[in-house]
Amino acid sequence: MKLFDNKIEFGGYLGACVVLLLILPAMNAFFPDGSALHFSSFQLSLWGKYVTYAVMAMSLNLLWGYTGLLCLCQSLFFALGAYAFGMYLMLHIGVDDVYNTALPDFMDFQGYTALPWYWAPFENGAFAIAATMLVPGVLAFVFGFLAFRSRIKGVYFSILTQALTYAASLFFFKNNLDLFGNNFILFGGNNGLTDFKEIFGYDVNAASTQRWIFVMSAILMLVVYLIIAWLLKTKFGKVQQAIRDSENRVRFSGYSTTTYKMLIFVGTSMVAGIAGAFYVPQVGGINANEMTPAKSLDVVVWVALGGRGTKFGPIIGAIVVNIIKSYTTRAYPDSWLIILGAIFMLVVLFMPNGLVGLPKQLAPVLARIRGNNSTSATPAS
Amino acid sequence: MAHIPPEKHTSLILSVEGVEKSFDGFKAINDLNFYLREGELRTVIGPNGAGKSTFMDLITARTKPDAGKIQFHLDNGQDVDLTRVREHDVSQLGIGRKFQNPTVYSSHTVYDNLKLSLSGERGIFHSLFYREKPADRDKIYSVLETIRLVKHAEDLAGALSHGQKQWLEIGMLLAQDPKIMLVDEPAAGMSDEETERTGELLLSLQGKHSLIVIEHDMEFVRQIASRVTVLHQGHVLKEGSFDFVKSDPQVIEVYLGRQTRKH
Repeated sequence: MKLFDNKIEFGGYLGACVVLLLILPAMNAFFPDGSALHFSSFQLSLWGKYVTYAVMAMSLNLLWGYTGLLCLCQSLFFALGAYAFGMYLMLHIGVDDVYNTALPDFMDFQGYTALPWYWAPFENGAFAIAATMLVPGVLAFVFGFLAFRSRIKGVYFSILTQALTYAASLFFFKNNLDLFGNNFILFGGNNGLTDFKEIFGYDVNAASTQRWIFVMSAILMLVVYLIIAWLLKTKFGKVQQAIRDSENRVRFSGYSTTTYKMLIFVGTSMVAGIAGAFYVPQVGGINANEMTPAKSLDVVVWVALGGRGTKFGPIIGAIVVNIIKSYTTRAYPDSWLIILGAIFMLVVLFMPNGLVGLPKQLAPVLARIRGNNSTSATPAS
Repeated sequence: MAHIPPEKHTSLILSVEGVEKSFDGFKAINDLNFYLREGELRTVIGPNGAGKSTFMDLITARTKPDAGKIQFHLDNGQDVDLTRVREHDVSQLGIGRKFQNPTVYSSHTVYDNLKLSLSGERGIFHSLFYREKPADRDKIYSVLETIRLVKHAEDLAGALSHGQKQWLEIGMLLAQDPKIMLVDEPAAGMSDEETERTGELLLSLQGKHSLIVIEHDMEFVRQIASRVTVLHQGHVLKEGSFDFVKSDPQVIEVYLGRQTRKH
């Protein structure tokens, strides 16, 4: 089965492989600081962040663009994955922190002397990695089961997922939870998890470690792309798009649409979760801001801007918007949100198929311009 | 119940007996008795609000009746209680439904629309690793020929004309090899020529499938109908040949009279 639709797509994919896996890491590793070809470690981890965002956008696109479920809790799944891996990193800071104990500082600060039971397993790297997918997966399973079984769809589904995100962010902003008189310390409250030191025995802040994490994030993105490309070619992918077009017909053709939607919802939540795990070491922290409702809307903007229901769209959307955001927040610290908002409105109004749909949209216009130029030379043909 | 089922011993495929259904106190279906024979083409007519759509919803397990029996008689002599079947399992039993508005998968090709509708496995694992077999292809092309869309096999369904979409949806039912086909207003919004072709299509299917067609267009009903059931206030008002029903004073009073006034 051919995974790529045409040569352009194949070329684009190959180009992305070369740039992300070879050129950028090589420019970072082999050219000295100050050389025109040097790609700084700061830039590399910034791009690493874009790549993990792109993976999150791809997962949302599979839900929204291809199945018609506008999910507003993708950033929550992403943040849960990030927290799960952040907890691992937090427990491997060692004794070099402010309080010089093996416990994370925020626990020392609150007078804890032992690790709570729900934190303890995250000391194990394998457990933490599994949790980056299982925690969002289980949440998506429970929520999806309740929502899809009750046939909640359209805007109601969006609102419920939004509410879920909001509730979760409130929970994660808290320092402690008082439950029937028992005090539970949570996940770092406002500050979240940060100040990491090592990852699987390596210095997490070393340029070479960061480079490897970047390469692995890029591989994650490229592999997720292939999986999605494969999925869309299978009958499963066709059923998925049929659900978007007419769920009633699919159900009357004998498919349990609930089961299909469940699998897609759980699967995409796990992809978002693992993307979050790659985000944490490159950004150097995670806090509850990353799971606020506004963040979940950001992802929707990236997908819409890049091109919903296209394979490349979400990647381009996530990267372009975040490059513009990085630039405008520095260049126009007061008005960057207005600039971004204006760009978004222009795209929605004038580019219904997003950035990747632009060539197709412009083709007739270009043909007309070319046609006008050539009509004088050649009579109608 | 006053109704006596016709020739139950021979070849009944569907029996609806004493069915009641209310929505918020409104009786949509009221002591409904309805029998369908194997291979029969039955037309159901009735004024708006007569319960035609609810009737279809009940047969396809979309809504559950408050009282009464709905039975689907299988070839092997077993009866399936349709009030206890899940919605997505109804089609696997052999009941297909065409909606009033054409519902096709507009971003898929005509061919893929039929491929997704082919009878067979519906599980996730199957759909992930499904490979098209030559028999599947033959089946799809035979359906394409029946609905006269062979030339459009690779077109996107969304690009078809309204009439072609209606035929495609009928084709999607055929791909499932249904025993009973429920067809809701197939001629709505069609040109005269398309309407006639739709009639020919439905007539060619009787015998191989049992069909229930809901229709408003009396000219179309005349073209296809062998036996007509008139619904009124959720109850069977009259049943019989087209001519019998058409000249019945009660039917004229509640339904046809309004139609002629409207025209």
